[in-house]
Amino acid sequence: MEYILIGVWKAFGLILSLDREVFSITSLSLRVSAMATILASVAGMPLGFIIGTENFFGKRVLVTIFNTLMAFPTVVVGLLLYSFISRIGPLGSFGLLFTPWAMVIGQFILATPIIVALTISATQGIDPRVRLTALSMGANSLQTACTMLSEARFSLISAVVAGFGRVITEVGCALMVGGNIRGHTRTMTTAIALETAKGEFAFALALGFILLMAAFLVNILFHWLQEIRG
Amino acid sequence: MKRLALLTFLFLFALLFFSQASAIERLRLSTTTSTENSGLLNVLLPPFEKLFNLKVDVIPVGTGKALKMAENGDVDVTLVHARSLEDRFVREGYGVNRRDLMYNDFVIIGPKSDPAGVRNAKDAPEAFKWVALKHATFISRGDNSGTYVKEMEIWKMTGNKPSGNWYLEAGKGMGMVLIMCNEKRAYTLTDRATYLALSGTQKIDLPVLFEGDPMLFNPYGIIAVNPARHPHVDYVKAMALIGWVTSRAGQKIIKEFGKDKFGKPLFVPVAVPNP
Repeated sequence: MEYILIGVWKAFGLILSLDREVFSITSLSLRVSAMATILASVAGMPLGFIIGTENFFGKRVLVTIFNTLMAFPTVVVGLLLYSFISRIGPLGSFGLLFTPWAMVIGQFILATPIIVALTISATQGIDPRVRLTALSMGANSLQTACTMLSEARFSLISAVVAGFGRVITEVGCALMVGGNIRGHTRTMTTAIALETAKGEFAFALALGFILLMAAFLVNILFHWLQEIRG
Repeated sequence: MKRLALLTFLFLFALLFFSQASAIERLRLSTTTSTENSGLLNVLLPPFEKLFNLKVDVIPVGTGKALKMAENGDVDVTLVHARSLEDRFVREGYGVNRRDLMYNDFVIIGPKSDPAGVRNAKDAPEAFKWVALKHATFISRGDNSGTYVKEMEIWKMTGNKPSGNWYLEAGKGMGMVLIMCNEKRAYTLTDRATYLALSGTQKIDLPVLFEGDPMLFNPYGIIAVNPARHPHVDYVKAMALIGWVTSRAGQKIIKEFGKDKFGKPLFVPVAVPNP
């Protein structure tokens, strides 16, 4: 019981003392997850928009596939990626295994289905008159798309936040393809797993609280972006 | 205007991301959880890194996985403790220049009350036999680690395969298994270094119940990945690391490690006499 309180106490101590190791772990976690979320948004939003607004053969199958991929276990993603980027795998010559980029790729694979699926449902809900109005006012297809996306912006921000939430908290994939290397690929979640294994519960808990706080700050940032975009 | 703000933000972010990917040279070492969890590498590696101006990326996993990573060429050098697996690794041409680095021993730990009476066993297989007979809870690493390989060797000598709901395969590192033993008041086989690192800091309170059997000897070896098989590995730096840890200075660090914190050293160096 006692160590929970010690954990809270330690978390504040670590933040206030600007502990270098904690800072670098937190910063790596945020950088990797944010990079993955940005890439996943760039790829996933247009894809989700097209699937959500166009009608074509096989659309429902595609929607089902993306909904299923949302539940892709992180360790399976890690395992698949590992076998691809290991030196004996097909992409081995790039030497990506055990680098931050490997984690970015893994998290990209995890976040994209979420962003695609949520963008699909966000754009499906747009009033069809928005599109007709934009077209009748002489907008080209890109301008029309922008108008429609801006109509659904709140749901789209939620999609990005959900994608970010998935990757900042995942541990299976980051541990496998990152390797939990101190000062290089050690993220908040892999560090928590390691400290728990070492019996450093208070320190592990402290990292957990810091992770929560970091996520909180990122959400505030998203909220702010939403405001300036609106 | 808003778009500009957003783009600037993204650009700054990308800059921040790449700025961290500095050009310092890295050497990759896969190793067992015991060397990392005990804290040895945190004192053994920094002087080497300073001397050669590079960074050693330590990937702590079980011995089986550490060797597998080396076999695939995903690391440059590996530090492990399962002689039979190491010999096969070198024989099959995956590794070269194996050096004996240090040793400690395995011990059997368990609850103070010792319901299986392991304290009075005359050798390790007998101790295991009694645990199985009493169906006392035993937690196995259940991975392919050096400790697990040794555990299987001992079970084999008892003539019985352990099974039943008293025998739990955790699939976790040594530190985690010791913590689980502490929670469940269970027996396990552990290397002495990890055990001392956790018991010496009051994270577990399970005593050593059996020790001293010659078959519990636990030697560690360090092996470079064969550059003939994996041309991309940094063989020269891998050999430099092997040279450093088996040098007088490196061996002295190993000899001293743990004396201040636990009252006795966790590992005994063997590469040079009396470092």
